[in-house]
Amino acid sequence: MSIKANANVQDAAYTSFYHDAFVRLKRDKIAIACLVFIVLLILVAIFAPLIAPYPEGFQDTSAILAGPSSKHWLGTDEFGRDILTRIIYGSRISLSVGLIAEAIAVTIGVFLGALAGYYGGKIDAVISRIIEIFASFPHILFAIVIMFVLGTGVINVFLAIGFVGWTGIARIIRAQVMQLKEKEFVEAARASGGSDLKIILRHLIPNCLSTIIVVVTMAIPSDIMYEASLSFLGLGVQPPVSSWGEMISMARKYLRTNPTYSVFPGIALVLTVLAFNLLGDALRDALDPKLKNL
Amino acid sequence: MAEQEVLMAVENLNKWFPVRKMGRARGYVKAVNDVSLQIRRGETLGIVGESGCGKTTLGRAMIRLTDVTDGRVIFDGQDISRLSEKELRPLRRDMQIIFQDPYSSLNPRMTVGDIISEPLVYQNMYSASERIDRVRELMDLCGLDPVYIRRYPHEFSGGQRQRIGIARAIAVNPKFVLCDEPVSALDVSIQSQVINLLMDLQSRTGIAYAFISHNLNVVYHVSRRIAVLYLGRVVELAERETFKNNRAHPYTRALFEAIPQVGFDEQQKKAPLSGDLPSPVDLPSGCVFHTRCPYTQPRCRTEVPDLREIDPGHYVACHLV
Repeated sequence: MSIKANANVQDAAYTSFYHDAFVRLKRDKIAIACLVFIVLLILVAIFAPLIAPYPEGFQDTSAILAGPSSKHWLGTDEFGRDILTRIIYGSRISLSVGLIAEAIAVTIGVFLGALAGYYGGKIDAVISRIIEIFASFPHILFAIVIMFVLGTGVINVFLAIGFVGWTGIARIIRAQVMQLKEKEFVEAARASGGSDLKIILRHLIPNCLSTIIVVVTMAIPSDIMYEASLSFLGLGVQPPVSSWGEMISMARKYLRTNPTYSVFPGIALVLTVLAFNLLGDALRDALDPKLKNL
Repeated sequence: MAEQEVLMAVENLNKWFPVRKMGRARGYVKAVNDVSLQIRRGETLGIVGESGCGKTTLGRAMIRLTDVTDGRVIFDGQDISRLSEKELRPLRRDMQIIFQDPYSSLNPRMTVGDIISEPLVYQNMYSASERIDRVRELMDLCGLDPVYIRRYPHEFSGGQRQRIGIARAIAVNPKFVLCDEPVSALDVSIQSQVINLLMDLQSRTGIAYAFISHNLNVVYHVSRRIAVLYLGRVVELAERETFKNNRAHPYTRALFEAIPQVGFDEQQKKAPLSGDLPSPVDLPSGCVFHTRCPYTQPRCRTEVPDLREIDPGHYVACHLV
């Protein structure tokens, strides 16, 4: 059989690592339910104007602080705005905080963690001290300080939460890179002339990918909670932009007159956080059974 | 030996690892001490010795995967012992390595095709489409079916994985391949297949091997010349036939007599070595073997024996020979 002829032959079937992991994940019914919920939530956020019963900012002056009814399924707030509509629009903020802030955190964390783990020595010492300094502050306090310096606004919320959240992943990546760099395939890459950067990008980070996926899914809910907390404290997104935390904050004053006002954004928050957390747990088991006690 | 024939010459090589306590060096692990040897083009030099004698460190230093403390490594007429990683990069095309553990030497997240073509990528050899043809050719050459090019390492057996490692090493057409215990992690039946593959590749392409192993039968089978290492020193170096009947160094004799023999009529000629390997941090004075040698003389404790040529091509480091 010549090599040229071979090139046209269908290559043998193969199963990639991630395919195997997905097969394992599919066996977990709860995880699939969470995945479906998250996908639906993302669709709701993207198509908010098509799904929401009322336009954003529409005020029904005939129903102020009304309870659930056929007209307003989840009731209205103090300006007569439909709460379901606001929750739907608020999902955009919560999800984008989860994704964008976490993207910032992962970029910083993976980069610094890989550098510290790969080079060791003085570079590791410096980066490890920086991590310890960042991690020694209570996260929310640190985020408040950053928001205070940068000022309120959606973009600044992303930045504040991203800059606060990178230390955990940096530590995990550092430890994993330290372990991986001793493997012989890294030495093989060096023996055939691979530069440090190529070794990190081709060998070390891809082998950390399953850890990164797990850490990210576990970190997204806490980022969503940080945003809610910041908005609750009045430092996050500003009215009239709706976010779940901001809604709960505003509803506080009307707990007696319209208790459902605060309950529904709270339920949305709890369900989203729970879905991400349960999915993260299941992903950890599916991607690497050895990580069970991460 | 004509200069032309020598591919790699190791001259008075030392490799010491500092032992740090509280940040300061409190001594050194003297893994390789004053080793000199030569490897000719297309030949196999066997390097044997027990665990911890510096075989692997010597190999790593030869292809500069580790820095050299002292001495020179001359590869293809060029001293590579002081070159930086960047200066070494183009030279890595000519020297490759095959690892002991076929599980940790292949990246589990890469396909076989990506693994084998990796050195080609780093060395900028061939275009992307030619590389795929080259990988298929290499897989065929190493006894792997090229249709498995997109599979992952975990889908192969240990012997097949070692073939993948070999294909990766020879992808760039190296002149020299360091085989670091390439068969000791494999089943005996697979060992012979892999050894035959290595010897077959050598006869086709004229690669020179340094074959590191603690398995004397294997080394004896593949090598033209054999160097025996003890505590980071070469104690005996000769053509392989010499080791059959004419072993000179007491350590070599003990080592070869320790090979298990099948049958009852062959009676044990000598008592096996007693004692443990001394610590490489605190090397014995004089001859490193004097603590375990059955023939120790007073001068062995004080004087370091040189590696002397007792017969043409037969070098021994012992005062008594």
